[in-house]
Amino acid sequence: MALTEKDVRYVADLAHLKLTEDEVARFLPQLDSILTYMQKLNQLDTKNVEPMAQVTYPAAENPALRLDAPQPAFSQKEALSNAPEPAAEYFKVPLVIEKE
Amino acid sequence: MSKLETAPVIPDEVRNRYEAVIGLEVHVQLLARSKIFCACSTRFGDPPNSNTCPVCLGLPGALPVLNREAVTMAMKAAMALNCTINPRSRFARKNYFYPDLPKGYQISQYDEPLSEHGWIDIEVEGKSKRIGITRVHLEEDAGKSLHEGFPDSNEKSYIDLNRTGVPLIEIVSEPDLRSPGEAYEYLTRLKTIMLYLEVSDCNMEEGSLRVDANVSVRPVGASALGTKTEVKNLNSFRFLQKALAYEIERQIEIVDRGAEITQETRLYDSREGRTYGMRSKEFAHDYRYFPEPDLLPLVITDMWRDDVRRSMPELPEVRRQRFMRDYALAAYDAAQLTASKALADYFEDIVKASAQPKLAANWVLGELAYLLKEAGKEIEKSPVRAANLAGLLQLIEQETVSGKMGKDILAAMFSSGKTAREVMSSQGLEQINDTEKIAAVAREIISANPKQVEQYRSGKTATFGWFVGQLMKATRGQANPQLVQDVLKKELAG
Repeated sequence: MALTEKDVRYVADLAHLKLTEDEVARFLPQLDSILTYMQKLNQLDTKNVEPMAQVTYPAAENPALRLDAPQPAFSQKEALSNAPEPAAEYFKVPLVIEKE
Repeated sequence: MSKLETAPVIPDEVRNRYEAVIGLEVHVQLLARSKIFCACSTRFGDPPNSNTCPVCLGLPGALPVLNREAVTMAMKAAMALNCTINPRSRFARKNYFYPDLPKGYQISQYDEPLSEHGWIDIEVEGKSKRIGITRVHLEEDAGKSLHEGFPDSNEKSYIDLNRTGVPLIEIVSEPDLRSPGEAYEYLTRLKTIMLYLEVSDCNMEEGSLRVDANVSVRPVGASALGTKTEVKNLNSFRFLQKALAYEIERQIEIVDRGAEITQETRLYDSREGRTYGMRSKEFAHDYRYFPEPDLLPLVITDMWRDDVRRSMPELPEVRRQRFMRDYALAAYDAAQLTASKALADYFEDIVKASAQPKLAANWVLGELAYLLKEAGKEIEKSPVRAANLAGLLQLIEQETVSGKMGKDILAAMFSSGKTAREVMSSQGLEQINDTEKIAAVAREIISANPKQVEQYRSGKTATFGWFVGQLMKATRGQANPQLVQDVLKKELAG
C-alpha cells in the first residue's frame, strides 16, 4: 500500500471533509486500490499519443463565444433566496478571517 | 495573524551587502460591460448581489460561455506588453474554498496561457531598463468579502457576489525588479499603458488594479534566488513601495543573522506599516489545477489577432517620441504630456486648434497644471476646455494679451468655465494695441512729471523704466508692452 493515513487526511482537508478515525481507516484501502488501478494504466506506453485533457477538441475557430451585451438575470431577492443565512442584501457566512 | 514582530532597523553597511529581487503579479479588471462567462453586468457600485445569475453564483448545471470582448481586450494588453499571443490556450480550474468563490474553483489559465514572453522598458535613474513579462492570462474575479462594518462583524463575514466573474487579466512579471522604486516605476508604466488601451480604468481604490509582490533577498553578486515571500494587500502605489521596503528590510535582517526565510504569504497592514505572516492553513497552496472541462480551448485565429493588432491605439512611448519629433518638444515636456492619455489628448486638441506646440506645452504643464492641482482636479475634469485654452493662446500669440494678463484670464476661465474673450470683455481686460490711445496716456504722464522728463532728457536713460512702469500702471497692465516702449521713446524725445 503506497498511500498513508496522512494522505487521506490531507485530501479530506482539501475537500473540507471532516473524517473520523474509523473513516480514515476505511477510506485508506479504498483510495489506495483506485490509485493502484490508475498505476496499471501508467504502464501503457503513451509516447506517441497526443494528450487529451478534455473530451472537447480544439476547433479551427471558436464556435461559441458571447457578445459583450449585459442582460439582467436574478434580482437581489432571487439571488439570496437559497442562502442558508440571508442578511439584508448580502450572503452571511461564518467569519472567514481571524481577528486579533 | 501572527504576534507583533520587532520592526527591523538595518544599518546601511548591512543593507548594501544585499539586493532585493522582486516580481509583481498585477490583476487588472477589464472594462467589458458584461462578465467573462455570463451576461451579468460588471457595473461597479450597484446594490450588492444584484448582478448575478446561475453561472456566476455557481449553481449546479450552469455552464460558462466566454465573452469575446474580454479576449480582445486581453489580447490588446498582451500585445502592448510585447507578448506573443498563443494561437491556442486553455482555461483551467484553480480549486480552493473561500466564501466569495461560490463554485469552489476559479476559472483561470494555467499551463497554456493566452500570451507569454513580453517585456516593457522602464526608466531607472535616467537609464532604460527592460522588465520581462512572463505571461498575461485571462481569468474571472472572485466576489467581495466584507469583514467589517456590520453589527455582527465579530462573528460573521458578508459576501457580495456582483464582482464574481468580472473579467480580469493577470500580468506576471519576471523577477527583474531590484527596488521598491523600480516596482513603482514598473507599475506606473503598466497602468499608463492599460489606460491608453482603454481596457481598464485601473482604479486601485475600487479594486480594478490589484498588486501582489514576490520578494526575496540575496547577497549582492549572488545568482541563486533566496526564499521568497508573497506580499498581498498592496492597494495603493504608496503602500506598494512602503510594504516592499519593509519586507526587504525584514528579510535582510533574518538572512544576515544566518536564519532562514519562511516561504509564506504575508499581508501588508498599512496602518502599522508592516507585513504579517498569514497562517498557512488559511490558504492551502494546493490548487489542483486541471483543464476546465466546460470550456473549449481558446483558439486565436490569425485574422482575429491581426484585427486586434490593427485596432491598437498609439502607445505612450511612441506618442512621446512623436511629440518630440512633430512638435519639437523637449524630452521632459514630451514625457510629462504623455504621462496620461487624457493629458496627451488635451494637448493635441489645443495644437490642432492651431496653437504653437511649445506655447501650448508650457501653458498645459505650467499654469493649467497648477490650477488643476490647486483645485484637486484631473485633466479630464478641467473647467477650461482644450478649445478655450487654444483660444487664449492664440490671443497671446497675436500679442493681444500679455503673458501676465493671460495668467489672470486663465484663472478666471478656470473658475467660470468661460472663453478667454468672454472673460476679457466682462473684466475689460483686452490688451490695448491702439498706438494713439497709448500715446495719449504717455503724454499725460510726461506733462505731469516734468522733473523725470528733464532727468531723462539730460541723459539719465534709466528713468525710462520708471515711465514704462507708470504707463503700465495707468493702463492696468493692458497696454501692449512693445508698443509702450516705442510710443514712450517717441514722446519722450519731444
